[in-house]
Amino acid sequence: MLWRNYWRKFVNYFMFSMTGLCALATVGVLFFVLGYLVWHGGSSLSWAFLTHLPTPVGEAGGGMANAIVGTAKLLLLASAFGIPIGFLGGVYLAEFGGRLFPFVIRYTADLLNGVPSIVMGIFAYTIVVLPMKHFSTLAGGLALGVMMIPIAVRSTEEALRTVPLMLREGGLALGASKWRTIATVVVPAARKGIVTGIILDMARVAGETAPLLFTAFSNQFWSPGWNQPTASLPVMVYTYAISPYEDWHKQAWAAGLVLLTLVLVANVAARLFVSGRSAH
Amino acid sequence: MAADDVKLRVSGLDFYYGPKQSLFGISLQFLTNRITALIGPSGCGKSTFLRTLNRMYETVPHARAEGEILFDNEDLLTMDPVALRRRVGMVFQRPNPFPKSIFDNIAYGLRVNGTHSGAALKEKVEKSLRRAALWDEVKDQLYKSAYALSGGQQQRLCIARALAVDPEVLLLDEPCSALDPIATAKIEELLFSLQDQCTLIIVTHNMQQAARVADFTGFFLLGKLIEYNRTEIIFKTPAMRETEDYITGRFG
Amino acid sequence: MAGIPGPTGRAAATRRAHAFVQGLRSGDTFAHVATLLCAASILLVTVALVHQLFINSTSPIHKFGFRFLTGRTWDPVSGEFGALPFIYGTLVTSALALLVAVPLGVGAAIFLSELAPPRISNAMTFVIELLAAVPSVIYGLLGMFILVPFLRQYGEPFLKRTLGFLPLFQGPMYGVGMLAGGLILAIMVVPFIISLSREILMAVPVEQREAALGLGATKWESTWQVVVPYARIGILASVFLALGRALGETMAVTMVIGNDPRISASLFAPGYSIAAVIANEFTEATGNLYLQALIELGLVLFALTIVINGLARIVIISTAQKGSGH
Repeated sequence: MLWRNYWRKFVNYFMFSMTGLCALATVGVLFFVLGYLVWHGGSSLSWAFLTHLPTPVGEAGGGMANAIVGTAKLLLLASAFGIPIGFLGGVYLAEFGGRLFPFVIRYTADLLNGVPSIVMGIFAYTIVVLPMKHFSTLAGGLALGVMMIPIAVRSTEEALRTVPLMLREGGLALGASKWRTIATVVVPAARKGIVTGIILDMARVAGETAPLLFTAFSNQFWSPGWNQPTASLPVMVYTYAISPYEDWHKQAWAAGLVLLTLVLVANVAARLFVSGRSAH
Repeated sequence: MAADDVKLRVSGLDFYYGPKQSLFGISLQFLTNRITALIGPSGCGKSTFLRTLNRMYETVPHARAEGEILFDNEDLLTMDPVALRRRVGMVFQRPNPFPKSIFDNIAYGLRVNGTHSGAALKEKVEKSLRRAALWDEVKDQLYKSAYALSGGQQQRLCIARALAVDPEVLLLDEPCSALDPIATAKIEELLFSLQDQCTLIIVTHNMQQAARVADFTGFFLLGKLIEYNRTEIIFKTPAMRETEDYITGRFG
Repeated sequence: MAGIPGPTGRAAATRRAHAFVQGLRSGDTFAHVATLLCAASILLVTVALVHQLFINSTSPIHKFGFRFLTGRTWDPVSGEFGALPFIYGTLVTSALALLVAVPLGVGAAIFLSELAPPRISNAMTFVIELLAAVPSVIYGLLGMFILVPFLRQYGEPFLKRTLGFLPLFQGPMYGVGMLAGGLILAIMVVPFIISLSREILMAVPVEQREAALGLGATKWESTWQVVVPYARIGILASVFLALGRALGETMAVTMVIGNDPRISASLFAPGYSIAAVIANEFTEATGNLYLQALIELGLVLFALTIVINGLARIVIISTAQKGSGH
């Protein structure tokens, strides 16, 4: 009997150590990723890199300024229609609507979230690139924006749901109409959650490569306006990484570092924003 | 308006949540500038009834009221709910100030109903806070968050907020149930002082409070109005046996 | 009169009419409609997506029908398009990813939910959720320049020496291949599994654990024999969701899988996944049939992920409604 108890105790410690190792390993991966990226990419990172255009292979001094601007433009375009539509859709799910229709919307939004981003790229391709017969920032922005909508809908809805019913009733009882109560009481009360959701949404979409491969495509130079193909950070990382040139590999690491920094900073900031400062 | 005019006349009010009926043929009259208390055991329908008077039940799907309620001879059940709620204010069971500053809480109702000028707002906010006996305590922290106030202060803030739009009727749904005795006493004092500007209807589970504060009292039980009369009559010589049982504590 | 829902009669009709006009005047009707349209855009996008995928793959559907899914040859030059190599590659890499990620992920989730003190658990979970936010192309970088050389020099020779009798671990070792693809997918999918499983485990009522401990079980026994089984359906659903994610991953996979439309038994062999081939060949596709074949592949991928995600979500919804893992 005693022997059996020792065995059970041993199993207890052993299994929990194993699971602890699993967790540690996973956490370790992030530090490894970060560390390696900083080490490898940091050396190629310079102010020139951030502000110059790419140069032909072999020439020194190439940069990714156009990729940074390109990603910014794509994000801007995507957010310009993705966020308002997603936000208002979330308002509908949380504040109006009955049982069946909101359920269908919610379910479909979750499914749409799970659709591979490359399929969204195909969608934007068929809708924008085919008729226009060329790649463009517009197409890339559409692909990313359509991806943003279901995420924004769900995160807005969840943020609004945390606002207690009594607050809504307080507004209504003062003679405010429903939309007015929503706009001036409920949404401000939920603003932290809503903003966090939007930031995370943008960060997620900023790192997407696949939908841009055949919509915004790529560009060695600046891309004025919205009608031309544009370079973007993720595509640049990919293109340079799979090239056979050592110099471009270095640049891929640097670009990867910039991209990862932006995404991680946005994520950390958003999550800390929501957890700290919970008093109003 | 003479004090004995009828402000709200309820006739045969039935209330349903979906197929389930929770109020049965309620009929009574609320006199202008009087305080009426509604008492009864938990679940008897008094809060449900109160919420029909400003149609707050409309936020619940499948809730409906049938019968007639006349508000100064207007049909309350079909008038514009937004306009109705400007004239019939409500204070809730737990204080529910908005996550805004004290000033903005009071100003909210004013802004919604058309007051925008800075000077007019400041004046009305001060007036409401004075009416709610809160001005002296908060006049130096008007722009701080409403959540910095104590529970009792928050509830008086909610009363001030409701008063800011000058309602003709003020509905109070167990306003002191979340408060300590001292805060409760302050609010009861406040109700007396409001009486000549406003018709007050207060739901309370505290019989002593009803006896202290109200001119008229209505006793609800299982969705029906059992008895409604001047408070002294209800508490000293009730006509119905159920009323007497409740008053003397045999149940509830 | 019980059981009669809804108002009847003229009074009710009058009330409805009044409410309608009031809604218009107050702007509530407009707000309702505007927000409803935005919410409905989700349906619109989904319908439009399916529609576009279908009408842009009519040529190969017409030409190959179901043979598209079973054809083993992908030869743009001769116009022969069979999707099987890609379906195979997608399924194999995803299966391998799950094989590695599920034990790792559920194990870590168990640790974080049952054993770790709350502060450590929250801190580690914070880090793990950051991992889920790392873009695919970054994992691809690491895969290409770290994982692949490692596999080529150490990992695959080791496996060949020890398990080389299995056809899985035979053949030339390039580093790139299905093994690399599966492993990089595993790394990408683990944070997802951990995050979901941890939430599900934490939702198991305390009473369950206490009941087991009260009977003299060790903490591990209580966890493994009571808590995890209680949560098993939710965990299964999260595994399904992870699978859906793995099926669609593009960049990291295409950077390490070798990009060769071959069906081989060995994990060392280069392969191809649906998403990878679309990513690589879309802009080079000449001719309508080629392009549409790639789009049809997109349709296949879409259908796969929708089915898997759809089932998983139904499971989640039904367990949430029943309130427990049963």
